[in-house]
This record gives sequence, structure tokens and C-alpha cells, in this order.
Amino acid sequence: MKIINCPLNGPRNAQEFVHGGEVVAHPDPHRCSDAEWADFVFMEENRAGVVREWWCHVATAYWFIAERDTVKDEFLRTYDPSELFRDRVEFTRPDPPPDPDPPLDPDPPLDPDPPLDKEA
Amino acid sequence: MPNRMPEPAGLLLDRSETVEFSFEGRTYAGYKGDTVASALLANGVGVLSRSFKYHRPRGPLTMCGQDSNTLVQIGHVPNRLADQTTVAPGMTVRAQNYWGSLENDRLALLGLLHRFMPVGFYYKAFHKPRALWPLWEKVIRRLTGLGTIAPDAPHGYFDKAYLFPDVLVVGGGPAGLAAAIQAADAGGEVLLVDENRALGGALNYARFDADGALADQRKAMLLRELQARPNIQVMSDTLCNGWYADNWLALVRGNRLYKVRARALVLATGSYEQPLIFHNNDLPGVMLGSAVQRLIKLYGVRPGSRAVVATANSDGYGVALDLAQAGVEVACIVDLRADPPADELTAAAARRHLPVLVGATVWEAEPEGRNMGVRAARIARITGEGTCAASADSFACDLIAMSVGYTPAAPLVYQARGRVRYDEESAMFALAELPAHIFAAGSLSGAFNLDAALEEGYRAGWQAAGDAGFGFGPEPACVNPKDAVGRTHPWPIFRHPKGKDFVDFDEDLQVHDLENALTEGYEHIELLKRFTTNGMGPSQGRHASVPAVRLVSKATGAAMDETGNTTSRPPVGQVKIGHLAGRAFEPVRYTAMHFRHLELGAKMMPAGLWLRPEYYGAAPTRSEAIRAEVKSVRENVGLIDVSTLGGLEVRGPDAAEFMNRMYTFAYLKQPVARARYVMMVDIGGVIVDDGIACRWHDDHFYVTATTSGADAVYRTMLWYNAQWRLNVDVTNVTAAYAAVNIAGPQSRAVLEPLCEGVDLSKEAFPYMGVREGHVAGIPALFLRVGFVGELGYEVHVPASYGEALWDALMAAGQSHGMRPFGVEAQRLLRLEKGHIIVSQDTDGLTTPHEADMAWAIAGKKPFYVGMRSVSLQAEGRLTRKLVGFEITDRAAPQPKECHLVIRGDEITGRVTSVAFSEALEKVIGLAYVASDQADEGSTIEIKVDGGERVPAAVVKLPFYDPDGARQEM
Repeated sequence: MKIINCPLNGPRNAQEFVHGGEVVAHPDPHRCSDAEWADFVFMEENRAGVVREWWCHVATAYWFIAERDTVKDEFLRTYDPSELFRDRVEFTRPDPPPDPDPPLDPDPPLDPDPPLDKEA
Repeated sequence: MPNRMPEPAGLLLDRSETVEFSFEGRTYAGYKGDTVASALLANGVGVLSRSFKYHRPRGPLTMCGQDSNTLVQIGHVPNRLADQTTVAPGMTVRAQNYWGSLENDRLALLGLLHRFMPVGFYYKAFHKPRALWPLWEKVIRRLTGLGTIAPDAPHGYFDKAYLFPDVLVVGGGPAGLAAAIQAADAGGEVLLVDENRALGGALNYARFDADGALADQRKAMLLRELQARPNIQVMSDTLCNGWYADNWLALVRGNRLYKVRARALVLATGSYEQPLIFHNNDLPGVMLGSAVQRLIKLYGVRPGSRAVVATANSDGYGVALDLAQAGVEVACIVDLRADPPADELTAAAARRHLPVLVGATVWEAEPEGRNMGVRAARIARITGEGTCAASADSFACDLIAMSVGYTPAAPLVYQARGRVRYDEESAMFALAELPAHIFAAGSLSGAFNLDAALEEGYRAGWQAAGDAGFGFGPEPACVNPKDAVGRTHPWPIFRHPKGKDFVDFDEDLQVHDLENALTEGYEHIELLKRFTTNGMGPSQGRHASVPAVRLVSKATGAAMDETGNTTSRPPVGQVKIGHLAGRAFEPVRYTAMHFRHLELGAKMMPAGLWLRPEYYGAAPTRSEAIRAEVKSVRENVGLIDVSTLGGLEVRGPDAAEFMNRMYTFAYLKQPVARARYVMMVDIGGVIVDDGIACRWHDDHFYVTATTSGADAVYRTMLWYNAQWRLNVDVTNVTAAYAAVNIAGPQSRAVLEPLCEGVDLSKEAFPYMGVREGHVAGIPALFLRVGFVGELGYEVHVPASYGEALWDALMAAGQSHGMRPFGVEAQRLLRLEKGHIIVSQDTDGLTTPHEADMAWAIAGKKPFYVGMRSVSLQAEGRLTRKLVGFEITDRAAPQPKECHLVIRGDEITGRVTSVAFSEALEKVIGLAYVASDQADEGSTIEIKVDGGERVPAAVVKLPFYDPDGARQEM
């Protein structure tokens, strides 16, 4: 079993981690094309060589980024995601087309009768 | 025991104790410490099994568990190694793979048919007509079995253990002992493992000098040094069975599998002695020189009365000296080398006047009646690579010992992706490159000279300790020559016109079989292996691999190094299914009220990692118990432990913004002290979890998640915020809270007298409200929610108060006739209300629109995870829909979950939840159906057990109390 060097917890057995896929830029969900969105949702690069991936140390729920050589099956570097993600991410909707109706309420006063207390 | 030598021969024997066991129905006596094979040989029994294909008699070849000739059935366990398994009183041993008797195997006639059973025979002969395959399979399986499995065998106890040495040394021969000693001096924790019973390796049986005293001296010195070091843990009888990434190794000892993580690893696994390939080289009585020495030294067994020793190195002379000393007449030492160099051992053989023929080989072994042994060796002069003079001299003998070369015992090196190359000078494969944190010593790395092996051991131990962080003193020097050259003959293969010149004993492969495969174009070593099955038997090519590489190299003209070797993967040796399947680490979680449930007679069931009450009562009363629990909630009051629900705290200035992004609904304007439904979809718009969000404060939400989904939801939240960098903190408080749901018309009446600081009245605490307060003096969160569709309160308290809360509520409920209820009753109650359970009523593709959950989507907010996918789904065509159905015909068989919805000959969906509702007096359920079947009033057909199709009507949800009046009382 491999050892992964967690930036928070040090070297631990690979069993303690889960893989979170490649580090990829999320497309703007309101402005990208359907094809771009589908590619983002369904496709993986699966590159042979050095890749940048998300890993999570399960016991401490700590996400970090690993640079890994998939050909040699070697972890080259692991680091905190703040190295790559420094700024607050905002989402905006595109300006709506001119509309005679009053502006949309982004948070409608919904209070339906929701089913509650879920178990499974 | 006619072949037993007098003491002191027999290092592993305890002659004070005689052990009786049976082989093939006859009783034999051995000594304590004997293996099955050594005890049988001591009694003159040399045939232990029949070969796989031709059913030829076979006897011990290696005497160290590295051939498949000694696989026997012991009691109910098949395929035990007779040369590694010690005899025990009353042991019942049977030979394998014969039909009739071991001595008179009717299938031995197959040997006469070998001309008609060429390599690839099975592929070629039985592939047509296809209809006969099952028949042939039955016949072939009958002919080629390896032992029998006893289905009624008693269960064994197998378990696992974990070790974390600084330095692991594999191999307890001279190099391994030296490595362990040196590494221990540096200060780390050292683990030394050896698959044999006695440490010492070749020091226990091989002859390194003329009078055979050197090995004992060195062994005594090493064992003394070993014992003086308390930081060395020794595990003998332990097979290192595989190398995995980052020095994670599997050790097998008895019924226990050890998983070992070593900082640094020293491999001192030695080498495999290689057979000579000649006509009838598989007869019982033909064995490796090292096997002869093991028999004499370890077990005090005289392996024959008159021996021929075929050799290509001085070790063979050592074997001849040992034989002579054991009272075996040495008919001849046949030296394959034209001009063997003189050394200490050849000189000693000459002093004893042992006859030597040089430049010659054993060309044939003459069989003793029906191939049960050797009668004579026919010896011919070598005229070229693999060729001999036409005339051969016959030497009467009952033993042929082979000492013609070695190959490194490198499976662990291969598994660790070390590089091995062929060295022309020594005619052996040699280690070329070892991965980081792995070091090698001894004959594995070509050090055959005893003092060189020791030096290499000390050095490897020093290197490994340094690598593990225990640097100490100067690097030990290696000055002695390794003496790898002159040990191994470059072409120990003598193809015979009559065949039976076996390359692979496991699979009965002869030289011409490999040549035929090469002629057919299987020139790549991996292809050749697969087509011929060379090296694929139980001995895993330990003897067959290198000759195959030599034959391929010769046929293709490619160098040995280019030809390469086949891949070696774990396991190295035998592993029982029990080792893999045995006791695993499967933790279960108990809620704070667990023992109260047991006291109440609950039948517990797994839910994620948790155990939850399925129902309360004895198994025969299951359905009555569930019915009573349901009735109690609907008509009176019930109490259920819901501690296993996930609980997540979301706090911070961006808490509402974060909730708004993670869940499909709208949370920015959710009022404080109110609950709101949450549904999470993934990036592809598939429902992955749901629950409720309680807002305690503008920047504090408490969110529930499904029992099995809580951990994944928590991880998903953290993953997104690692990217979004919102000012929010998420904590998984699932296990910090214990919780119950008290539900039913009388729930307020039960709860109210216990409460402090919270007004339970309908006006002060409406449906979907959340409050803080105390119950029975315990600080608690109150959530007025209605999963089961009745007036009810979830009460969440710190987990340490869970049992006290349960006791207080049960006591208060007694006068109201309150019953605890389990998961089964809750499932029916929520089904009556039409609420889905994520992962029961949804699958890996269920979208909010399919589940009729579009009402839980706030489509106008700027973003939520999966938003784009959900809006694409809304534009697309709906292929299926989750609907409620009912069956009013009381005589119709009740469908089960996962029964199919069928239209004509097309499957259009399946049932996800179904039950008989006492309250509604009909069968109700949820099912996926085609979108054009989803309208209220359509009829669907459900195929039940036995194939009958039961009509069901699609109805509006919920089934029970459609106005929700009961939960808002």
C-alpha cells in the first residue's frame, strides 16, 4: 500500500485517503456551451505523466493537492489548496434580457411542505 | 526407518519422540521434526505424487518447498508441501493426481500418448464443436485436479496483524543474519523473517570447505551475535509472500497474515538451484544437490545407496563429499565443464578418490520399473552446446544429484520493480538496479563466497539502517570476491530424441514442447509462457523460467538480456483463502441508546456503519411488531432513535451563501428558528443526499444528512469550499449528538411536562419551527418536523445525554402507552406520506425531475452545484419518473422492492419501496415508470416472483393525509 504525504498529517497509508479527481477549472455554468459543460462533467484527462489531483485525508477531512506521476506511480509533491485557490469565487447570472416584468427574486418566499427527517 | 542416518545427522529432528502418520493408507514412523517428505524418504518411500499431465511418478526435488512434486493432501487440506510440513501424530496424508493407486496409476498410460498431446493440445483439440465443451471440461478437470476440497472441512481461525519495523530483513541465511546484526547495532527496530524453521540458510546444510566445519563456526558466531541484540525480532517459519508499494509486505505464518510497513528492506532471499535437463530428469531419485544436502544435514536421511553427481561447479563436489560421508557410494562425479578449476572442494574429492568424469553429462536416467525410481545414469561426453557423443556409459545408481547452477530468488525484487539483467560471464541473471529503500545481499546479489555474503550482509544492514534514519559508524567494506562466475552452466539443456527432458515439472513441459511453440511463432517470452503454461504451475517458474529464456534466446538469436524474463507478481508462495478472507477490521458504531434497544429486545440492523433497531420484538413476531409500532405512531405516540442521522454545523458570515450554493433550495432568506428542506445534487444533477437545514442564527445552520451519506456530504462541502474560499466553517457533529423523534398525536402531551424554556404549543412552536431549550434538565435542540406525517418533535441532545434522554422520555411515555419504533415502521410511515429515501428510491442517475422534486429547486438563484445540469435536464425529455402506486386487489400477490415494471416485452421501470398499509388497507409503493405511464390513473404491470404480472394504479402522492393536517396539529 502506498504512503501519501499529507500536508496536514504527514505520511499516512493510502487507505486513509480518497481521491477527488483532477484539479480542473470549473467552467462558468451560465456562460459555457453545453459541450463545454458536458466535457467538464463527464470527461477526465487521464493523462500519462505528471498530473495534479485532489486527495482527501478522510479521518481529518482535509483536502489537499498532489502532483503525481501516473507512469511511475509516484507522488512528487503535496500541498494545501490555498496555494492554488487564493481568492473568493463568486457566481453571477448573465444580465437578463430586457423584461417588462419586475426583477426576479433570487430567493422566493417558498415554504412548501417539505418531507423531513431523512434516514437511509 | 531404513534410510535414517545415525546421530548427529538431522539438525531439525528430535529423536526422543517418534511420530506415526499414514500415507496412502499405510502407517509410517518418523521423528518429531521430520517433514512428511523426509519421513517417507527415511522409510524408503520416494514417490509422493503423480505429474499433472502424464501422471508420471514424482518425488522430492528441492526439499525446501519450491517444487510441486511434493504437493499432497493432508486431512481435508489439499496441496500442502510435503517437504515443508512437519509430521504430526495421526496425520493422514494422501498423494494427489492419480486414478487407481499412486503406485499403479491407470492414467500413466497418458504418457504413451504424448505424441498426440503436443503443447497447446487443449486449446487445439477441444475447441470444436462448442457443444462438447462442458463434457471435455468435466473430463479434463477430473484428469488434472490438484487435491480435493472437502466442503465439510472445519472452519479455521485466520487473522491479521500489523508490524512496523525500521528495517525488515527477508532471509535468515548468512547475509540476512549479518544484515540484521549490523542494522540492529545502528539502533533501529529490526525484523528478521525466514521461511524455514531454523535460521542459518545454507549454513545449515551446504559445505563451504573441505572438512565441512566452516558453516557451523560461522553460524554459531552469527546466532550468538543475533541473540545479543534485543532490538531484533525473529520470525522463522514465515514466508514473505509479496512486496507492495512503499515497502508494504505480506508475511504468512500459520493462520496469520502480517502486514508489515518497513522503512527500509534488506532482501537476502538467496538463490534457487537449477535442475539439469536430460531424458527422464523427472524420475524420483533425481534431485538437486542442495536437496541431497538438506536431507542429510537437516533430516538425517540417506538419500540413496549409490549416487551419480552431475555438476558444473565446486558445490557439486561438496555434495559428493557429503554423500560419501553419509555412507552413500559415489559412482561418479560428472562435471559438465571441460576443464574444471581446482579448488578446496575438488581437491578434497580427489583425496577421497571419488571418480570424476569431466566434459560429460548425464544424458539419460534409466527408470526403475514403471518409472518409480532410477536404476542407472547414462553418461555421455559433451560435444557442443546441448549435444553429446553417440555412445554413453551406464552407471548403476539410485540417486542422481544435480548441481549445475543457480538463479537469484528474486520475486520480491521483480515485484518492487527492481531491474535484473543477464550476466554473460556468470551465465546468471543478476540484480542491476534496486528501487529506493531496498538493499540486497548474499547469493541473491551474486555473492556465493561465504565471506563475501557476510560482508554484503553487514553492508546492506548498514545501508538500510542509514536509510531508515539510523546512521551509525563507517560503511562496512566488501573485499572478498563474490565468486558468482563458474557456478552456473550456460547451457544445462540436453534435448533427447525420445523427449521426457523436462523443463517444467509442474506442467510436464519438455524441450520439444517449447521448441514447437517457438516454431509456431510464440517467440516473445510472455507469449511462450502463456501458450505453453511454462512457469505457470505451483512452482511459478523457479526452475523452468531460465531454461525457457535460454531456449527463446537461442531460437531467436536475441541476447538473453533482450529476451528478458517473465513478470513476477505476488504471491511468492502459497496463500490460503483464509489468510485473505480472515478476520477483517469492520467497525460498527453504536448510538448512545444502543443498550436500551437491546434491553427492549430490538432486532438490530446495519445502517451505514451504524446499528439501528429494525423493530422491537422476537423474530417470529416481526410483522406483528412492526404493525403495532406503526399503529402506535398513527394513533398514539412512538419514539425512534435517529442519532445516526448526519449532523453538520455550518457557521460563519458566508453560511447562508454556502448553503445556497451546496443545496438546490433557497436559504438566504430562510428565517431564523425555522427549518427548511435540503436536497443536494452532484455536478451531473443527480440527487445525492437530502435532509433539513435549521437556521439558529444569521450565520449558523445545523444541517442533517442521511445516515449513509453524511460523511460524503461533509467531504463534498469541504472540497467545494477549498476552492470557493468562503468565510465559513463546516463541522461534522454527527456523533456529537444523540437524537430521537417522538411522533404521534400524543407526542406533545408526553414531551411537554419534561420541557423547560421551550413552549410546545401549536402557536408558539409551529410546524417546521426549531427551538432551543431543556428536556428533563438536558440541553436540547427541538426540531418540529414530520417525516412520518404525524405531530412530532426531533430532540437532539449532546451524545453523552442520549441514554438519559431516552430513559426520561420512555418513563414519561409510559402512562400514554408510548412504544419505541424501529426503522421498518418508520419506512412504512414515511412511505404512506410519499417521502423518498435517497439511495433507496433514488439511484446513481436519478434527477430531481424524475423524482418529482422540482419543487425543491430554486432555479433563479445565481448558482448551486449541478445547476447547469439540472437546467439541461429540464429542457430534455424525461425518460422515467418516480410515481406512487397502489394495489387494491387484496388477493393479488404483493410485489417486492426491485420487481420490474413491464409493458409488453419492455422493462419500463422498477419498484423502489412497497408495503401493505394497515391505515389505508392496501398495498402502496413507489416505482420508476416510463414518463408516459406516470399520469395519475394509469395502470402499470409489475412482474412479481413466479412471473405473474400484477396490475397497479398510479396515484397521487402522498397516500396518507394529503393535506398534512396531522403533522400541523
